[in-house]
Amino acid sequence: MIIRFAGDSGDGMQLTGDRFTQETAAFGNDLVTLPNFPAEIRAPQGTLPGVSSFQVHFADHDILTAGDAPDVLVAMNPAALRANLGDLHKGATIIVDTHDFTARNLTKAGYSDNPLDGESLDAYSVHPVDLTGMTVAAVKEFGLSRKDASRAKNMFALGLLSWMYGRPTETTTTFLAKRFAKVPDIRDANIAAFKAGWNFGETTEAFAVQYEIKPAVMPPGTYRNITGNLALAYGLVAGGVQSGLPVFLGTYPITPASDILHELSKHKSFGVTTFQAEDEIAGVGAAIGASYAGHLGVTSTSGPGVALKSEAIGLAVMTELPLVVVDVQRGGPSTGLPTKTEQADLLQAMFGRNGEAPVPIVAPQSPGDCFAAAVEATRIAVTYRTPVLLLSDGYLANGSEPWRVPSIDELPAIDPDFATEKNHGSGDDAEFWPYLRDDATLARPWAIPGTPGLEHRIGGLEKGDGHGNISYDPANHDFMVRTRQAKVDRIADSIPPVEVDDPSGEAKVLVLGWGSTYGPIGAGVRRVRKAGYHVAQAHLRHLNPFPANLGEVLKGYDKVLVPEMNLGQLSLLLRAKYLVDAVGYNHVRGLPLKATELAHAIGELVGQAEGIDIDLGVWGEPTQKEHI
Amino acid sequence: MSTSPLTDLGLPGLRSGTELVPTTDEKQTGKDFTSDQEVRWCPGCGDYAVLKAVQSFLPDLGLRRENIVFVSGIGCSSRFPYYLDTYGMHSIHGRAPSIATGIATAREDLSVWVVTGDGDALSIGGNHLIHALRRNVNMTILLFNNRIYGLTKGQYSPTSETGKVTKSTPMGSVDHPFNPVSLALGAEASFVARTIDSDRKHLTEVLAAAAAHRGTSLVEIYQNCPIFNDGAFDAIKNPDTKPDAIIPLVHGEPITFSAGTKGLVRDQSSGGVSIVATADVPTEQLLVHDAHHPDPSQAFAISRLTEMGYLNQTPIGIFRQVERTTYDDAAREQVTAATTGDDDAADQSARLAALIGGGDTWTIL
Ligand code: SF4
Repeated sequence: MIIRFAGDSGDGMQLTGDRFTQETAAFGNDLVTLPNFPAEIRAPQGTLPGVSSFQVHFADHDILTAGDAPDVLVAMNPAALRANLGDLHKGATIIVDTHDFTARNLTKAGYSDNPLDGESLDAYSVHPVDLTGMTVAAVKEFGLSRKDASRAKNMFALGLLSWMYGRPTETTTTFLAKRFAKVPDIRDANIAAFKAGWNFGETTEAFAVQYEIKPAVMPPGTYRNITGNLALAYGLVAGGVQSGLPVFLGTYPITPASDILHELSKHKSFGVTTFQAEDEIAGVGAAIGASYAGHLGVTSTSGPGVALKSEAIGLAVMTELPLVVVDVQRGGPSTGLPTKTEQADLLQAMFGRNGEAPVPIVAPQSPGDCFAAAVEATRIAVTYRTPVLLLSDGYLANGSEPWRVPSIDELPAIDPDFATEKNHGSGDDAEFWPYLRDDATLARPWAIPGTPGLEHRIGGLEKGDGHGNISYDPANHDFMVRTRQAKVDRIADSIPPVEVDDPSGEAKVLVLGWGSTYGPIGAGVRRVRKAGYHVAQAHLRHLNPFPANLGEVLKGYDKVLVPEMNLGQLSLLLRAKYLVDAVGYNHVRGLPLKATELAHAIGELVGQAEGIDIDLGVWGEPTQKEHI
Repeated sequence: MSTSPLTDLGLPGLRSGTELVPTTDEKQTGKDFTSDQEVRWCPGCGDYAVLKAVQSFLPDLGLRRENIVFVSGIGCSSRFPYYLDTYGMHSIHGRAPSIATGIATAREDLSVWVVTGDGDALSIGGNHLIHALRRNVNMTILLFNNRIYGLTKGQYSPTSETGKVTKSTPMGSVDHPFNPVSLALGAEASFVARTIDSDRKHLTEVLAAAAAHRGTSLVEIYQNCPIFNDGAFDAIKNPDTKPDAIIPLVHGEPITFSAGTKGLVRDQSSGGVSIVATADVPTEQLLVHDAHHPDPSQAFAISRLTEMGYLNQTPIGIFRQVERTTYDDAAREQVTAATTGDDDAADQSARLAALIGGGDTWTIL
């Protein structure tokens, strides 16, 4: 079941969606969410650009995406109806708050006639309800102004939907009681509106069916619902605990990464320091300084910020200091689409620095996976003394899913292995050489200030091999450039091989993705398999270096499809490195890929590879759910 | 430690800049702070004198060598850390204050120094400089001002005088320069001083006061670049012109110069200060220097006496030194307040488990 709440950005749709999600999680359904909101904090009221929405897909089985086409649209005004109607399938349910369907608001939304009056909505099951009017009536006793009273309409809508889908209500009433504890009349009004919405559902014939979606069957464990940014922040705290290093976040606020700063600033009890710098460059600069001083330096940003930080990231490459750079990707170039998702920073992460400056790249595949990916980025940064780019994106950052909380024993131990002794020569001639490397990892020793006898200077100028003094020697530079690359390549020894999901073993087509496309790709692949065809799927967590077996895996298939929310950046890397004819499937709409469209693209390639005609049947329809 | 009028700041109870840095009883000499790297500035460069002064001053601090960190940006002076046998980082252009902020905030037990120049600190790194000053991070910034770009071979800098003919301004620069002291005072700096590369005694006294100050100390050092801007500071170095060119600032003393014949008085019309013949005014009208005044207005007014063209006249000394909570102390205090002292690794793991397993959870068996 896919529900989308849509209204004006001041209507509290994100909160409504979030509460419905929490109720659904508590009920035990699997779920995936997709918040979608304007970049403007208060876009003009009642207009199309001001529409904010929150989509939640939930089911009694394991699901992978927020869904392509909503089954239910809750539209709080004409603009919300107009902006979202195109995404609905025929027969979908629309619940409209009629209160705002005034001539003025209709004009603002670009309607010349009231769509509720004509035949334009005949293909849908429309429920016009005066949500605002009923809310105002329900909260009358609390003596609020009409404006304040009507603001509780989102809770009325939530109550109604909660009744329709049999969601438990305690989490929401508890939440409201806590959230508005300081303003008792607002608290009581919201709770009253929520209950009134529920009762309205129960007593009205219009909503005679109470839908039932049973809890999903999921692997045993403790679960919670979590967004990507929260999971990522927790992962950084965990990285600090596992390495025994205090976390130092140097950062500058930027959408959609700021929540990582907000979250980490709450965890000082773990020794976390958050530094809100004067700009992106100072954020990463301070993080590098903290790493030099023996902390776990982290900087968080989005694409434009990575561009500003690139010189400093190069300094961390040259000085070989641990540093985690979090890039929550958004639509670009330039300011682009701050609140929308994209995967177009992969090549920036890979190559966006002067000189040969290799940087390992790790990408989470789902909101909950941001936790493990952040721990992995920390492991690589600390073990190999290198900056690591952690590529999340706007969809992962704000989207949520049920997450099985890992036990602490499952997390890797990370050893900072600080240098404490001189490492070259002996007796009175013994010296500390900051660029003598570990044979296995090629990592250099990390000697922090305060360690007697290991005083040394590092910097951005080329280092002489071993001793680390400035060197302009041509052969030394060639050697050091190759060594820095070899160190990053060496990381492949410590990462698991890429796993291929190819149940029949007969697939000729491999679909290979990275990052947040995991859900849509998995859902698209399922559809193709349900329709009776063979297709293999693999997903990359490590983009630099690639897992050691990737070349072999690619060779095993006739065709490789690479879906990405960019114009083919992973495709380019695969083609360059493995000379494989990767076929791109690329969209940059600021939204996740759609499983149904992807299924058709996969089907087409399977048809070509196997020389057969493909008919996905119902599995090619957006209305068909992804049930396995 | 020196007891000159410059370092005897008369602020009892003030925490010293190096208070939390471990000290040593071992006798140190300048040689202990000299690295094995060959110094590569041009012959006659003012940087040599500053390096020597710093190397011979550092033993006075009595700190453990491994607890001293020098961070620099890019430019001639930024080679400085390579020549000192302490911890050090030669970083990227303009960013040294941000890197030093990370180091100083992470570690209370380090004495942190930034070495920068007029291009590094005031042009490409201007933003970091002003924000470090406003935050008052515990570190000392040595700003070598030679009023020219040396490393890139002779373009005008943000402190070069208007009209300066350089490689990039064959018809004369049309840029108006910064006055670094005025800038620092405007940026809420808690310690601002100016000194001269060739005056070892004054330079050393100012370094001592700067190191003793808890917070960001900005020390502007007039530094001669004999290759690209030779003679920029001749007026304040030549024994004949010097008495008339240098206005010495000593806390608590009336500000006079030119062998006592000239002094400063408040200028009622502009709110600034003006120079008068001491013979023309009663002694009590002469301005007494108060570096510790909470209001920086007077220090600012004095800073405006610096000639912005060819330097014929400038105040030298400590313009301002006031006590203000440092960013790093305050940030560490918040972390300390939030942590429990006896938290071991096992406790941390348990708390981590509680954190990630918090919120609304449900269990599937
Ligand atoms: S160019 Fe000027 S500042 Fe640079 S080293 Fe030579 S003399 Fe010194």
